[in-house]
Amino acid sequence: MRYLPLSDSDRGEMLARIGVNHVDELFADVPKNLLLKEPVDLPRRKGELEVERILSRMSAKNMSASSVPFFVGAGAYKHHVPATVDHLIQRSEFLTSYTPYQPEIAQGTLQYLFEFQTQVAALTGMDVANASMYDGSTGTGEAVLMAHRVTKRRKAVLSGGLHPHYTDVVKTLSDMASDETIILAPDVSGTEDILSQIDDTTSCVVVQSPDVFGHVRDLKPIADKAHKHGALLIAVFTEVVSLGLLKSPGSQGADIVVGEGQSIGNALNFGGPYVGLFATQSKYIRQMPGRLCGETVDADGNRGFVLTLSTREQHIRRDKATSNICTNSGLCSLAFTIHMTLLGEKGLTRLARINHANAVKLADQLGTVKGVEVLNETFFNEFTVKLAKPAAEIVERLAGKGVLAGVPVSRLMPGAGLDNLLLVASTEVNTDDDRAALCAALKEVL
Amino acid sequence: MLNRQGRPSSAGEAGTTTHPTFTGNKALAQIEPLLFEIGRYGTTGVDLDEPDDFQPRLGGLERKEAIGLPGLSEPETMRHYVRLSQQNYGIDTGLFPLGSCTMKHNARLNERMARLPGFADVHPLQPVSTVQGALELMSELGRYLVTLTNMTAVALSPKAGAHGELCGMMAIKAAIEAKGEGATRNVVLVPDSAHGTNPATAALIGFKVKPVPAREDGSVHVEDVKKLLGPDVAAIMLTNPNTCGLFEPQVAEIAKAIHDAGAYFYCDGANFNAIVGKAKPGDLGVDAMHINLHKTFSTPHGGGGPGSGPVVLSARLAPFAPVPFVRAGKDGGFELVEQESDAAEKPFGRMTAFHGQMGMYVRALSYMLSHGADGMKQASEDAVLNANYIRAGLADLLSLPFGNKPCMHEVLFDDAWLKDTGVTTLDVAKAMIDEGYHPMTMYFPLVVHGAMLIEPTESESKASLDLFIATLRDLAMAAKNGDKERFTGAPYHAPRRRLDETRAARNPVLKWTPPEPVAEAAE
Repeated sequence: MRYLPLSDSDRGEMLARIGVNHVDELFADVPKNLLLKEPVDLPRRKGELEVERILSRMSAKNMSASSVPFFVGAGAYKHHVPATVDHLIQRSEFLTSYTPYQPEIAQGTLQYLFEFQTQVAALTGMDVANASMYDGSTGTGEAVLMAHRVTKRRKAVLSGGLHPHYTDVVKTLSDMASDETIILAPDVSGTEDILSQIDDTTSCVVVQSPDVFGHVRDLKPIADKAHKHGALLIAVFTEVVSLGLLKSPGSQGADIVVGEGQSIGNALNFGGPYVGLFATQSKYIRQMPGRLCGETVDADGNRGFVLTLSTREQHIRRDKATSNICTNSGLCSLAFTIHMTLLGEKGLTRLARINHANAVKLADQLGTVKGVEVLNETFFNEFTVKLAKPAAEIVERLAGKGVLAGVPVSRLMPGAGLDNLLLVASTEVNTDDDRAALCAALKEVL
Repeated sequence: MLNRQGRPSSAGEAGTTTHPTFTGNKALAQIEPLLFEIGRYGTTGVDLDEPDDFQPRLGGLERKEAIGLPGLSEPETMRHYVRLSQQNYGIDTGLFPLGSCTMKHNARLNERMARLPGFADVHPLQPVSTVQGALELMSELGRYLVTLTNMTAVALSPKAGAHGELCGMMAIKAAIEAKGEGATRNVVLVPDSAHGTNPATAALIGFKVKPVPAREDGSVHVEDVKKLLGPDVAAIMLTNPNTCGLFEPQVAEIAKAIHDAGAYFYCDGANFNAIVGKAKPGDLGVDAMHINLHKTFSTPHGGGGPGSGPVVLSARLAPFAPVPFVRAGKDGGFELVEQESDAAEKPFGRMTAFHGQMGMYVRALSYMLSHGADGMKQASEDAVLNANYIRAGLADLLSLPFGNKPCMHEVLFDDAWLKDTGVTTLDVAKAMIDEGYHPMTMYFPLVVHGAMLIEPTESESKASLDLFIATLRDLAMAAKNGDKERFTGAPYHAPRRRLDETRAARNPVLKWTPPEPVAEAAE
């Protein structure tokens, strides 16, 4: 087997050195009747060529985003990632290293985590960011738990503009922990009255902007009302590129900012792995979940970096920890940091402008198609359209024509009576031809 | 004093530098400043054209202020991160005996497969008809995991081990509530030797954690468990093989006692790699177990993640598995169940947006296809053989807390052998760095003093193990012979000397901030 260096004669010599006759003597504590004598009922080993054939066949059955005009978003976005990013994250020393528990030989990981934290804090307009969560949705669950610890209250108010998967993640966690959640109805128009839900028992308000229907939300009045009642504002985003053009959540009064960082540096990957961004104010750092990288010096006085404030974490505090999280999204955060470094502020702002401009162009063009109504007045790179027919059916028919048109709202919110709504996203990857193809295909099926 | 690149302000200040260099660099050892110290605000390494004029529709919420994100050109970016990578140790660099973390070879075939466009470049919310191959892959991975464990169902979506623990414990909680015992069964038993994630997970969803002591032989005894069992106990969380590197000899009896008391057996599968193809957790009475794809099935750790923590479930827990999941559909195709209302079962909810760590599924399945049933069994045997070979090579010099008896895939030493040397476990770890090794896991598990947990994995050759053993023997002799400085001052040869972790925690500096303007000297 190509991955196993021991030869049979090595094995024999080693068993002799250990003082046993057969390797199964080393498994003596396994109940005799349960120790398997034969390999399990799965195929035998395969060479590289054969594995490539099998997996390539499976891969070929999928319609990849780059192969068609592509407008699918709703929490994961198709962006162009520079070749440099993928090359660098495959450096052995990054790819095959572990959590930097031995900082003297993990300064590469630690320094990029420090850079990542700095970039995320800047983008979100917050004081501090952690070294990443699994993704935006689990990060949102963690943010709600953190707000409960800070406020010592246990009721979260969730906007109807929050991505339904995020709502479900928070609700699952809250139900299990016997915490209360107030979940507002789907907010198709971006005009819900969330302020009236906030009172002196509220721990936190969770609001997404741009929200799942694409509306850009003004967070300031929500932050003000929350703070008046001693509650925290958790600001959520699923499209981090929007922060290149929009006011930061921090500047609008958010106490915790959490979101999905996939758009920068990371492929669609059918939903994962992604990278959760998590930032807050300095005064709350000891209530934060997840790993933190901090600056220090070594015995010679040289600057270096270490994981720090680990007394919050499960390996030290066990059942009193701020979270059970251990593994994070290290390599995805590296991809994020490298892509962000390549972009710089200038590139990010321009990328955001291109995304917004493409979405504006698309909205204007779709508005001219009979049977299509664009619902949003505000949006960044994604908006909601109302179709003359059920969106799921239309999306399926367009897929048959080689156009991936967007996400039917009914897929995210079945039974909400929103069957004719479609979420359409447009990023820098879309061309004039893509837009024309979408409009033409829609005209044929509507 | 440090300058803003974090280097000593004069070359002579660096204590170990006998021939200081002007740059601070030493041949291939390059010191690299922070991005924020070399980047420029007007620089971008990505060529993008400004869009044509358009009317923004941002509702007046446009950003007015600068963000504070410097950029680098592409060659500078390449150099910056290549230099950073060179300050890291990886499994491709050398033996990485981090116990319980399972640092084995990461085959690049798996990386290539994960990047196939049908896996990497598909969206989680595309029409199900356009992702049949992706669902097939998930289904196939699930079949492999269920077959290897003899369990009934698998929840793929958990994002890492701790998330898998949470999934398993949520399924247990849901099952208990379905039986109407939610109000009374609220205690989870966790052995002292468990990973911290176990008690943290149980506490996160409202369980009370009760510790189970480990016996002097490092194992959990069924009688100790029985003493704690009652109508209030929801589950036990037991790691098997345990964190002392031992297969729990009474695991079957413990499972029976737990089940007789109406509770569930959660198995922490962090060490599953020792018994893949040798024993099936389902045969041992396990109700739920997470599998770290990044340990057992070699998906790269990537400096701390991403992981992937699918959970296999027994028949009793299978109905409560979270959404989403894949099931066979009509005409040999696959369906995706994304809503609780669409499931015939009783899913407890959703753990994450979308379907989990697809990129890791591909890598893990590629690993499993490559090894096959025969190769996976051989890998477990080699991993155990290698750990025992290290035990045999060091037993006379180091101290084994539970006696010189066979271990599983990792061998646990304590620090009794360091008594009166003035050298600690931490010092030994740092001295190993100078010898070119990543240290073993230190001070875990907590049940032995000064723990050193060594896991070589099946990826090491005999020659590699022989050198490692010889190195540790040399270190042990040095410690016993009073060469304290080799240890307490170590590492001497790493990119950094020993780092001051207390200072980092006392005065947390968690991001770069622009330096204060330096006042011109008034001369």
